[in-house]
Amino acid sequence: MAYNIEIRHLRKDFGNHTVLRDIDFSVSPGDVVCIIGASGSGKSTLLRCINLLERPSGGSILFHGEDIQSRAFQVASYRARVGMVFQQFNLFYNMTALENCVIGQMKVLKRSRAESEEKAGLYLEKVGMLPYSNAKPRQLSGGQKQRVAIARALCMDPEVLLFDEPTSALDPEMVGDVLLVMRDLAKSGLTMLVVTHEMAFARDVSHRVVFMDDGVIVEDDVPGVIFNSPRQPRTREFLHRILRPNDPQ
Amino acid sequence: MPDSNAFGAWIVYLLQKDGMLFLRGTGVTMLVAITGTVIGFVIGLLVAVARTIPIRPEDGAVKKGLLRMLRFLMAAYVEVFRGTPMIVQAVVIYYGAMQYMGIDMLPLTAAIIVISINTGAYMAEIIRGGIISVDSGQTEGAQSLGMTHWQTMVGVVLPQGVRNIMPSIGNEFVVNIKDSSVLNIISVTELFFNAKSTAGTFYHFFEAYLIAAAIYLVLTFTTTRLLRLVEKRMDGPENYTVIPGSQTDVSALVKLNTDLSVLKRGGGD
Repeated sequence: MAYNIEIRHLRKDFGNHTVLRDIDFSVSPGDVVCIIGASGSGKSTLLRCINLLERPSGGSILFHGEDIQSRAFQVASYRARVGMVFQQFNLFYNMTALENCVIGQMKVLKRSRAESEEKAGLYLEKVGMLPYSNAKPRQLSGGQKQRVAIARALCMDPEVLLFDEPTSALDPEMVGDVLLVMRDLAKSGLTMLVVTHEMAFARDVSHRVVFMDDGVIVEDDVPGVIFNSPRQPRTREFLHRILRPNDPQ
Repeated sequence: MPDSNAFGAWIVYLLQKDGMLFLRGTGVTMLVAITGTVIGFVIGLLVAVARTIPIRPEDGAVKKGLLRMLRFLMAAYVEVFRGTPMIVQAVVIYYGAMQYMGIDMLPLTAAIIVISINTGAYMAEIIRGGIISVDSGQTEGAQSLGMTHWQTMVGVVLPQGVRNIMPSIGNEFVVNIKDSSVLNIISVTELFFNAKSTAGTFYHFFEAYLIAAAIYLVLTFTTTRLLRLVEKRMDGPENYTVIPGSQTDVSALVKLNTDLSVLKRGGGD
């Protein structure tokens, strides 16, 4: 099977601190992969390296077999095909919800305004935010902002969507709405890479779960195995802490 | 002519005699201040954006070299024009151009050039501050869509950064209204220069300069009020309209069994 994204021996250092070491992993079209692990385990950094928001310190990342760090590689069009949804939404504060969804289409994909607005309307409706098209981000709640951010990413017709803890900055009652949208997307066949602390989402929705600890991939398997019979003691320990925080070890 | 100690009468008399001169001076002052601030803003914008162009490790040696050179020149420009008084810059540029380049500029032209370049140096730093004030998440959001440095700057960062620095830009404008008075050194017929000639003609300095002071105050006060209005405009409306007719609740989506299959795509090759 051809991979969308293939990561080989990826390493990332911040100064003399190594955050990622020897990461090997790949994503096939239609895969929904959840990356779980404690804070500081390198999950977000891995995602940010894939989108080149961080420069890898070593190893390579291939997109359809092409090295994304080579000089000839078209980073802008790559980023348009590999979208990202951020923990802090990163909606453009100077624009309405609709304009947020339009600008990338017009500037990067060179679509006409009419076409861009039509597509933006379509996806804003999908995430239930069409009524708020004219609202500025500061007038929206966290969950609403995140849904607009997802619509903005979808408007680019990405083939892979990266989610960097999309629900971690939300009030508990907002989380459900965003997860619902993401479940729908997973069913649609979009390739998704989701860094999350939502264990139920990882268990029920993903095809594969990657557990990371201290900058390495400890275990990479189907959710059934990870959640029911993890092979690695570190995975077991982490899940125990997360799922049954009140039990004695 | 009024009695030499009749203060009020002298003010009225000077205004009657030289009112047009004060008015023309005011016009020149505002012309120099406005064009200087606008051109200075554009210069500052270009310098600030140029200074933020990232030098990437994968760039070629030539591109890296050019970018470093550009950064050095920009930094030198800012340091030189912030680090010397505008009155000195005015005489150096005006007489320098005349003596060594054979350019005999109109004082007004020279004034606009000097004030623009001087303002540009300050604006560059103010705008750099504005760019820094915008959360880096905004840049990352734009980059994640594939937008270039230029597109990100023009579409996302600068509109927010400029809004944040509007008070400082207003400050620069007010400073320019007042400090254009030093340009009288190269005989620009701005407000202070004309006040000086009125003072000399009638040999009544205090009254002539007091009139000038009052005019300056009116100009700066009006300007700051107008800029406040501009800021309000930039912030846009407080409220937004919810488009009626479409459902607001995401959970309704599931009930409707929305078809997201439009997203489906082959992916690999």
